[in-house]
Amino acid sequence: MANNSGDKELVRSANMRSIYDKKRRVSDTILNGLIHLSTGFALTIVLVILGYIAFRGVPELDFGYFINQTSILKNTVGILPNIINTLYMIVLTLLIAVPIGVGGAIYLNEYADGGRFVDLVSFTTEVLSGIPSIVYGLFGYLFFGIFMGLSYSILTGALTLAIMVLPLISRNTQVALDNVPNSYREAALGIGSTKWYMIRTVLLPSAIPGILTGIILAMGRVVAESAALIFTAGAVAKLPSSFFGHITTSGATLTIQLYFEMAKGNFDIAFVIAVVLMVIVLTLNFLARWISMRFDVNRIK
Amino acid sequence: MENKIVAKNLNLWYGEKQALKNIDLDIKEKSITAFIGPSGCGKSTFLKTLNRMNDYVDNIRIEGDVILDGENIYADGVDTTILRKKVGMVFQQPNPFPMTIYDNVAYGPRIHGIKDRKTLDKIVEESLKDAALYDEVKDRLHTNALGLSGGQQQRLCIARCLAVEPEVILLDEPTSALDPISTLKIEELLMELKAKYTIAIVTHNMQQASRIADYTAFFLIGEMIEYGKTDDLFSRPQDERTENYITGRFG
Amino acid sequence: MLRSSFLNDLNQLKVDLNKMCYLVIKQLENGIDAFKNDDKELAKTVILKDKEVNDMERKIEAACLNLILRQQPIARDLRDISTALKIVTDLERIGDQIADICETIIRLNAKHAFKMVEDIPEMAEIATKMVRDAIQSFNDNDIILAKEVKLRDDRVDELFNNVKLELVEITKNAPDQIDACIEFTIIAKYLERIGDHAVNICEWTEFQETGEMDHTRLI
Repeated sequence: MANNSGDKELVRSANMRSIYDKKRRVSDTILNGLIHLSTGFALTIVLVILGYIAFRGVPELDFGYFINQTSILKNTVGILPNIINTLYMIVLTLLIAVPIGVGGAIYLNEYADGGRFVDLVSFTTEVLSGIPSIVYGLFGYLFFGIFMGLSYSILTGALTLAIMVLPLISRNTQVALDNVPNSYREAALGIGSTKWYMIRTVLLPSAIPGILTGIILAMGRVVAESAALIFTAGAVAKLPSSFFGHITTSGATLTIQLYFEMAKGNFDIAFVIAVVLMVIVLTLNFLARWISMRFDVNRIK
Repeated sequence: MENKIVAKNLNLWYGEKQALKNIDLDIKEKSITAFIGPSGCGKSTFLKTLNRMNDYVDNIRIEGDVILDGENIYADGVDTTILRKKVGMVFQQPNPFPMTIYDNVAYGPRIHGIKDRKTLDKIVEESLKDAALYDEVKDRLHTNALGLSGGQQQRLCIARCLAVEPEVILLDEPTSALDPISTLKIEELLMELKAKYTIAIVTHNMQQASRIADYTAFFLIGEMIEYGKTDDLFSRPQDERTENYITGRFG
Repeated sequence: MLRSSFLNDLNQLKVDLNKMCYLVIKQLENGIDAFKNDDKELAKTVILKDKEVNDMERKIEAACLNLILRQQPIARDLRDISTALKIVTDLERIGDQIADICETIIRLNAKHAFKMVEDIPEMAEIATKMVRDAIQSFNDNDIILAKEVKLRDDRVDELFNNVKLELVEITKNAPDQIDACIEFTIIAKYLERIGDHAVNICEWTEFQETGEMDHTRLI
């Protein structure tokens, strides 16, 4: 009781203060300072890394790198094969992972009737995304490379990466579908739409920004991946001899090439590759933002 | 007046919990029937059984019959697509699709295979006119429907429902998210629509039921306590529970 | 209990209505007494008190309209309030008529006027009883009593006709009494009207219970 009346006293004294009597609260000030400090720290790290790479890489940039392959015979140095391999890797990985990831997410969210199965799949997906990429490399090498006889090839790499980015795509798709208001589903079903028609015409258009974000993040993973590719996609940096045949040949992506150049002590070319990678990753990130804004049907222009 | 929908001995369970108990109710053709009752009394659940929108709820069990023009909608082999073309539904929150106004209204007809542009144009215009919205939106049919006000959105949803030429329109608290003026517009609209359609509406607003409904049913804890002409129910209710509820003595 | 302030207001309305009922009965009894005993002082008091009846009518009407405006009563509540709104009118008219009778008494210059016309005492008695019973039926929601009271009005009408005939006879035999006779006609007419208002009260009592009036559905 005594405590209670004390509280009332406090409330009353607060009421007696003028609204201009601003009270400085020490804990607020400290917390505020800490937050600003950490933000500044994070920003500084990003700027330092970007700046250093630009500082070391940009002066080395030479147009020749982008149109040549490294050849002792012709005495040329270039990363064109690696750029092409990276593009192959992106497209192939997405061709495999997107239909499975998006389709699976649609099934889990819209068709499976909840319960244990969905929980199990979600749990498995979480686990998959936590496995170190070198383990994927090992599995890809043994399963796709040796067991399925695909050996070192872009296809082996793409299959391995597809498994790796699958959780990313399906998770993002699931979240995107979850965020579509239930009222859209009710509205469509309520005037006689079938489930698939409803998904196709209402859910997917609404969820597309989220799905695209997942896909672009997956592209980022593909571009950045090295550990899982060393033993699957191989280390060859040659221009393709045939458009489709190229997928069955060994091919080093930019990241792998970066690793090799560093191992050989060619830091100049390594920084050039680093600059190219940074540009690609940044572009993909901005693309992701732009796309999720541009295609957001729920946003009123 | 002919019976359009007849519910016979309808029981519904969510898991173990019985949400509807032995409901017998006739919905008369070309009139407005209102379902009133406190929250959780089963009125919305009952409304949703009339076009099988409950089918998507987990652990639901329904017994009994709902007869639409002599056909049991819970019989085996019923095509819910056709059922819901005949018995359309409008929800509590206005829920236009994130598309243009035109595409929203054309959505239903397109499901049912209408592709011809001129036919669609005509359906869209007529449906919007029937929903008393055409004049307000005719200059911006191809802008996003989410830019409309709440009341306009709800009338758009009614237009979208009308576009498939339903016979019955179910409305689940269609005005509870709207301001009083938009509410009156929707009520006015429903009064006009009953010349062509059979309308069933769930409402929390008893004045709304007394303003627009020809028949009113009072639900309480899964049971239908009283059903009759609105004039009778609101002036001389037969059951004491109805009287206590409508006069605000409990609820 | 929801809407407790509404229920309080409804209760207050009933209390006020009750007060008005008993005020009108009192007025009626005093008026008839004044007539019986040719008590001009009492008649004056009745006339003065009529203002109180009128004020109560206004007050109750305002309360009813206010409740309709702000609470949108339905079902039993609506019947209660509309009945109150109608009954106060009849009560007020009864009050007016008794005041008018009292004015006539003051003007009247005749000894034993009350007994001069044979049927007037009976008329006064039946009309007073009708009002008292009508009010009782209203207060007790007693439809049977209400129906019974309505039947008594025929007797009042019959007596009124008798009074007219009597008065015609009197004027023929004693032309000097013609002024008094005209006043008596008026008093008899007032008494007959009081009976009619009692009938109205009974009808509203029935309406309050059934929503019907003379077997016609009102709400």
